[in-house]
Amino acid sequence: MDYSNLRRQIISMKKSLFDQGYLDEQFNQLEELQDDSSPNFVEEVVALFFKDSSRLLTNIERALEKYPQDFYRLDSLAHQFKGSGSSIGALRMKNECSMFKAHCSDRNLEGCRRSLQKMKREHATLKQKLETYFQLLRQVGPRERAVNSWK
Amino acid sequence: MAVATETPFHVLAVDDSLPDRKLIERLLKTSSFQVTTVDSGSKALEFLGIHGEDSSPPVSVHADQLEVAVNLIITDYCMPGMTGYDLLKKIKESTSLRDIPVVIMSSENIPSRINRCLEEGADEFFLKPVRLSDMSKLKPHILKSRCKEHYHQEQHQQSDSNSNECSNPTNSNSNECSNSRKRKAEDNEEVLPQTNRSRHS
Repeated sequence: MDYSNLRRQIISMKKSLFDQGYLDEQFNQLEELQDDSSPNFVEEVVALFFKDSSRLLTNIERALEKYPQDFYRLDSLAHQFKGSGSSIGALRMKNECSMFKAHCSDRNLEGCRRSLQKMKREHATLKQKLETYFQLLRQVGPRERAVNSWK
Repeated sequence: MAVATETPFHVLAVDDSLPDRKLIERLLKTSSFQVTTVDSGSKALEFLGIHGEDSSPPVSVHADQLEVAVNLIITDYCMPGMTGYDLLKKIKESTSLRDIPVVIMSSENIPSRINRCLEEGADEFFLKPVRLSDMSKLKPHILKSRCKEHYHQEQHQQSDSNSNECSNPTNSNSNECSNSRKRKAEDNEEVLPQTNRSRHS
């Protein structure tokens, strides 16, 4: 079967995710950990991230609505988010979390609110883009999936 | 199947973040370690056989705990409740666990934090995200601690009346006990009879 078109699409999509700053080198590290014994590792760990981060976003939103706001807790939630985002190479997410944390330090409620909206947008965008990426990968099948070897 | 010259080392990984747990597990398995993951310091202590405040070895150890030796503990620093640092302290305070090497992971590069951990007895500090190349730093710590352990064991062999002792004579290597001191084989020195453990490919 001729996968060359599909491969081109996948490579191009991955490149654009990197060029636009959605992903960083850590994502490559994840792909390198994928092999026959763990053929869906990247998709699995990314799924765990989105499950975990959705929960964190909800908790951050609730914590922002509570008065008086507990900036210490907000910072802690953003810190968890940032950590797991960084583990999967979600660069823009990580950076927006840093912004949020900075607003927490300043006890800047409005800044936190704006930042949360950005975080939610980045989260949704990244999720959609990665879903597309994994869908393409699934079409090539497990044997072909070691993207890093396509050089 | 090739006969292995050693059973895989067993690492206990502690991290409250689910994606991070999956990642560290994969990193460790890829590096040929056997892995157990837990999501908190208190669960780690439970796994290691410490219950509650008492840090001395329990008088009667559950049979399933006797099967498990832990050769290294790797833990996240920032965790709710018991931090990685608190866990490190508890391990170092325990006579049965203090020789197990401990590695701390943290997403923050804070020199005072790193120093505090190293001073408390941590063997290594990894900045997150942890990478495959970091895994090669683990085995030397395990081997170093086992040399120390082997030496202590030889010194205390006569007076050792520890009730955790395996029923087999001390020279036998076929049983793994909860206390990692029971392992006598040195790396590359002898062929161990294979236990139930399967190698992770």
